[in-house]
Amino acid sequence: MASALINVPPKAKRGEIIEIKTLISHVMETGFRHTQLGAVIPRNIIRRFVCTYNGTEVFRADLYPAISANPFIVFSTVATESGTLSFQWTGDNGFSVTESADITVQ
Amino acid sequence: MEPGTSRREFLKVTVGAAAGLGLGAVITVTPASATPAEMQEAVRSVIGSARVTPGKVKLELPPLIENGNAVPLTITVDSPMTEAQHVRAVHVFTEKNPQPYVVSFHLGPRAGRARVSTRMRLADSQTVLAICELSDGSFWSDSAGIVVTLAACLEDGI
Repeated sequence: MASALINVPPKAKRGEIIEIKTLISHVMETGFRHTQLGAVIPRNIIRRFVCTYNGTEVFRADLYPAISANPFIVFSTVATESGTLSFQWTGDNGFSVTESADITVQ
Repeated sequence: MEPGTSRREFLKVTVGAAAGLGLGAVITVTPASATPAEMQEAVRSVIGSARVTPGKVKLELPPLIENGNAVPLTITVDSPMTEAQHVRAVHVFTEKNPQPYVVSFHLGPRAGRARVSTRMRLADSQTVLAICELSDGSFWSDSAGIVVTLAACLEDGI
């Protein structure tokens, strides 16, 4: 069961730049490692992370095997209006997790 | 062996042949890591034939890291992040990981500030390259060298 941690300030002033921190639990298996018997461990990574603010995409990242296990991404956005920030991680083997956070803009 | 061949000549020929075979075998093995040339190829596949100028981007990496499995990196781009002038994307590449690609961030004027952080894996002490694409179509880059004590990607699983 994958779990995600998101850090979004609950309140912000209009036009303020807010920092968003996200962390999700995932092995990010590279596909370059072998078992002790020599078999390749198949790749299993998160390939894409998208953040939308009230339905508008504000940030996107394409991930590759060189990203550490439990991908940690920090970025920022402008607090334009009250609403919901939605975060989606998608990857190999049908992996898909969506989380959201509410923000009040004064 | 022909009667005229001395022991010395015979050894020279056979050892030489064996060395040649050995060398051939080494060359045909695919390298476990990408090379700087492969990194350049990867850069070209992402940004095309555009000219990359050093500057505007700041790639922050620790100079020495013990564990290559989680190397923190922060990229800051000097940009006002307005509708007219903003950062479109930031790409990160490595020289010696099995694959040169690390991550591509896609930003826009809604980001407010061009600053992103994440954690990456590094298979060896090497140079990391960050390239940013601005809204006017220009490309800027920064690179940083890092020494890795314990490499990622090489340890075996269960």
